Amino acid sequence: MTKLDIQSGQAAPRLGVPDRDALRETLQKQGILIAFALFLVGFSLMSDRFASWDNVSTVFRQVSIIGTMALGVTVVVITGNLDLSVGSLLSFATVLVVDLHDQIGPAPAILVMFAATLLIGCVNGLLVGYGRLNSLIVTLGMLSAIQGLTLIYSGGQNVDIADQEGTWFAVFGRGFLLGLAVPTLIFLGLAVAFHVMLTRTSFGRRVFAVGGNPTASAFSGVRRARVVFSAYVLSAFTTACAAVILGSRVMGSQNNVGQGYELLVLSGVILGGASLLGGSGSIPKTVIGVLILGFIQNGLLLMGYPYYAQWLVTWVVIILAVWLDVASKRGAFFTRTS
Amino acid sequence: MSRVAHHTAEELADLKHRAPLLRLDGVTKTFPGVKALDDVSFDVRHGEVHALLGENGAGKSTLMKVLAGVHRANSGTIHLNGEPVEVNSPLEAKARGIVLVHQELSLAPELSVAENIFLGSLPTKRFGLVSWKRLNAAATHILDRLGVKFESYDRVGDLSIANQQMVEIARALVFTPKVVVFDEPTASLTDAEKVVLFDVIAGLKKEGTGIVYISHRMDEIFTLSDRITVLRDGQTRGTLNTRDTDEDGVTRLMIGRSLDKSARKAAPEPGPVALEVKGLSCGDLFRDISFSLRRGEVVGMYGLVGAGRTEIAETIFGLRAKDGGEIRIDGAPVDISGPPDAIRHGVALAPESRKEQGLVLGMNCRDNMSLSQLDAVSRGGWLDRGAEQAIYDEYAGRLSLKAPSWRTPVRNLSGGNQQKVVLGKWLGVKPRVLIVDEPTRGIDVGSKSEIHALIRRLAAEGIAVLVISSEMPEVLAVSDRILALYHGRLAREFAAADVTEDALVQAISGL
Amino acid sequence: MADTLASLRRYMVIPPIWLFLLACVAFFSVLTDDFLAPGNFTNILIQTSTIGIIALGMTVVMINGNIDLSVGAVVALAASLSVGLQDQLGTLPAVVVGLGSGVALGLLNGMIVWKTGVDAFIVTLGAMIGVRGLVFIYTGEQSFFAMDFAYSDFGMSTIAGLPTLAAIFLVFAAIMHWVMTATVHGRNAYAVGGNREAAEHAGVRVGRHMVINFMLVGFCAALAGVTLSTQMGASTPNLGRDYELWTITAVVLGGTKLAGGAGSILGTLGGVLTIGVLRNGMNLMQVPAFYVLVVMGVILIAVLFIDARVNRRGAGELRL
Repeated sequence: MTKLDIQSGQAAPRLGVPDRDALRETLQKQGILIAFALFLVGFSLMSDRFASWDNVSTVFRQVSIIGTMALGVTVVVITGNLDLSVGSLLSFATVLVVDLHDQIGPAPAILVMFAATLLIGCVNGLLVGYGRLNSLIVTLGMLSAIQGLTLIYSGGQNVDIADQEGTWFAVFGRGFLLGLAVPTLIFLGLAVAFHVMLTRTSFGRRVFAVGGNPTASAFSGVRRARVVFSAYVLSAFTTACAAVILGSRVMGSQNNVGQGYELLVLSGVILGGASLLGGSGSIPKTVIGVLILGFIQNGLLLMGYPYYAQWLVTWVVIILAVWLDVASKRGAFFTRTS
Repeated sequence: MSRVAHHTAEELADLKHRAPLLRLDGVTKTFPGVKALDDVSFDVRHGEVHALLGENGAGKSTLMKVLAGVHRANSGTIHLNGEPVEVNSPLEAKARGIVLVHQELSLAPELSVAENIFLGSLPTKRFGLVSWKRLNAAATHILDRLGVKFESYDRVGDLSIANQQMVEIARALVFTPKVVVFDEPTASLTDAEKVVLFDVIAGLKKEGTGIVYISHRMDEIFTLSDRITVLRDGQTRGTLNTRDTDEDGVTRLMIGRSLDKSARKAAPEPGPVALEVKGLSCGDLFRDISFSLRRGEVVGMYGLVGAGRTEIAETIFGLRAKDGGEIRIDGAPVDISGPPDAIRHGVALAPESRKEQGLVLGMNCRDNMSLSQLDAVSRGGWLDRGAEQAIYDEYAGRLSLKAPSWRTPVRNLSGGNQQKVVLGKWLGVKPRVLIVDEPTRGIDVGSKSEIHALIRRLAAEGIAVLVISSEMPEVLAVSDRILALYHGRLAREFAAADVTEDALVQAISGL
Repeated sequence: MADTLASLRRYMVIPPIWLFLLACVAFFSVLTDDFLAPGNFTNILIQTSTIGIIALGMTVVMINGNIDLSVGAVVALAASLSVGLQDQLGTLPAVVVGLGSGVALGLLNGMIVWKTGVDAFIVTLGAMIGVRGLVFIYTGEQSFFAMDFAYSDFGMSTIAGLPTLAAIFLVFAAIMHWVMTATVHGRNAYAVGGNREAAEHAGVRVGRHMVINFMLVGFCAALAGVTLSTQMGASTPNLGRDYELWTITAVVLGGTKLAGGAGSILGTLGGVLTIGVLRNGMNLMQVPAFYVLVVMGVILIAVLFIDARVNRRGAGELRL
């Protein structure tokens, strides 16, 4: 503000008055960050162990599987679609990679598993992208079908790796590099890659355009089907990566190990502020959303609450987070619907 | 169209002395950051058709929603029959006798016509059961009055858009309303249906109902209304007696000056043929369409809604599969199976519906502009932000786009500026052929002439431009040649120099 | 008379899934000996009654334009309460509490969706996680066994030759069909799902209808939890997992649209029975249970695919 402005009286009324629009905008855009910060401060005050390096790195390691899956699901959600099949796809991929490990060796097992998982991602992508079918129902059907495939493959038996100490496959789930857990590194490394992809490449721009307005995107020469297809392949890719971490960490797998993951992963993405309508969302915020889920679990356990208390808190946090987002856009806490 | 007789002089005099049925005083409505209505005052008398005129964004729809109880005014009063009233919800408005005939259809497709007409007030028997007998009888009574060709128990989703519009109108007549607000009611009606609607309005007038009639169509307003109130920038710019004014007078109020009718300065030298269409056909949408576009010329395509104009454009742009005919670009036959092909061949389409087809509303101006040319602004898939910015800067400048910054989401721009973003998006691909479909729909009059001038300038730069429009003044203002469509066929072709309005009207009416 | 006939049409529309159901019945009748055996059909009805009862409520919520992902967790909650509280309260009061918990959660979900404007998908996704947590905390991760034999006998009892559970399902289906086709509440549910804003402006109490429907689906899920636990004579904290997905599958097979405004109880009944017949028939043909999952998934997608092709507008469609 220059002196002249103050003298002319234009700036005077604004002095000292907080700009409510700007405040609202900040809350709207960074609400999730603020909530995250509050959480961390709260937990740190209530438990001295919470803020320790050991504890934080534990949380990162714990969320790495859900977090990795959430990266691909974020891309799908930004295109305006859902992927409910990632949970059973995780079961499928983990069973496959663990079972093949002892039969054909770790490297071929990983390769075959990636190929099979990506193939299933292609099916999702074909049906939703090129077939233009409702993504919720398609991936719901795929959830069931993949569950069946997993059981058929394993004959209903759980699988495990015989030589758990001697295989280099252990590095993905149990290894450390430069003091950081490998799962954490995979998660964060992929997060950076996905963030760059969404913000710096033409594909990323197309993802946002297709989610924001599929019709206008098509009218602008964007091949909608191809973009949606790729999003599902990416989602399958991150799930395959998560399966490597999970299989390596557990060195075995149950047939239903991923059951319910689809909705946990989606919770993380939604906490990160991605709209189910498509066109909005970001990788850093998804990472924060997933971390919030992880820190709730960790913080509550440290404070001595029962394990499942985290689910109750998650319930409240999901609704509050989305409510704040919706309310700030509406400019009122409650709807006027009668 | 002239079934509604004008009032005689005595009647008009009488009208002046009648007490206002509905009066608004100093109504103000603000939304965060926008003053949508600023001290608006006007009144409607018994048996009067009061036309409300103003460009999009002038505040008409906000005013309407305040009247209908959708929005609450921040200040100001509403008087009904001299009594101050509060209208806090659509329900309350209805209870007080103020009903709104929506422009966007507000029907439930799975329900029957009767259920839709009596939505929110279904007649009941015991236990909350619907009384179908009373429902259908009451609905049939209203439908008879409208002379429609469907039954009260037909599923609304099975009706044509025009018939759905009639259901919408029927709904307004349920409670012998005191005031009916019509928002662009004729947008999807055929001429015959318009006549019926105007009869209904005449009937309402006779019963003493006050009518607020919102429309863009000057001819309708001058046929129907007793008085005209013009809104601009959320303010009332004046109320005129329809008998004492003409289109120019109204237009002056709307834009503050007369509209420059011709954007065309001089007949240009037509260049070589850029686009040639031969015998193009697509199902029963259009048949055997042949025409050519030369570089540097503007060709207008004129016809009624449903004559196949937009569909022809969409087919050329690859959005529809043709089932016959040929498209040539610069003399060579091309196979266009989608917008990417069209863009590669230098064809661009600025579509009819900006918000649904033209723009990603939540995206910023720059990103919207580069969306049509992502390959050109990226290297190996990596976006080159410098190149994007250069495109934005160039076309924002050339089109004199008024946006706070390139970061502004296009949602926050006015209609005229949104259209400039759409045009900028297509100019960036350096098209040989530019098709603009309804380039000024919903754009204020001032920006209209700016867009017209722009279209002429683009032609002068060597682009072949096809302008599709349902507004005759627009077609006449910008075109060198005019193609008249009737029922999916090319009825006639005119040179701009020797076209008359009558001939054009005849051509698009199949006469 | 003509009016009455015309009004009757709305009761008579046969959803296309019934054709598919008939085909399935014919198929299994020919290929297996036992399919048409007496008692097999009641078997199917008992097997489908749990998902079926929930699907009735889910249909109403989906027609209304919402969805409820928390039904599976509510099944577990109601079952745990009505079995776990029997010792303290007595059987009947425990069942009432179990059913009441479903209604209460429906009320909560409905109020949140109504008042906050947060999408029902997200609200009930949260509830699904939270209520399941509640179940684990309440049960201490233990299964409960019903000590009152009358409770487990109920699951095996019959009324006039029809198993009680099947009868409950069918009677409930009839009531819901009537509610959706003949009452103002039902018709308004269609209006709200088909065009919410219009319904709101016409004075339909949108919020109230939504809350009632969430309470209905909550009650349905709780009832399913109770009947399921009478069948097993026990409750487990993991009861009802994935039921939300199966229920939605049945409802969508029955022709109810996710977007709301369209669908029918009759269709849902067809969808539920189709799933039951397929499971039962494949079981009789000794197809391993694993394959049933694949077949169900494929059929769900196939139905969606066919529906999209049939309803596509031909030449009017843009190639987007």
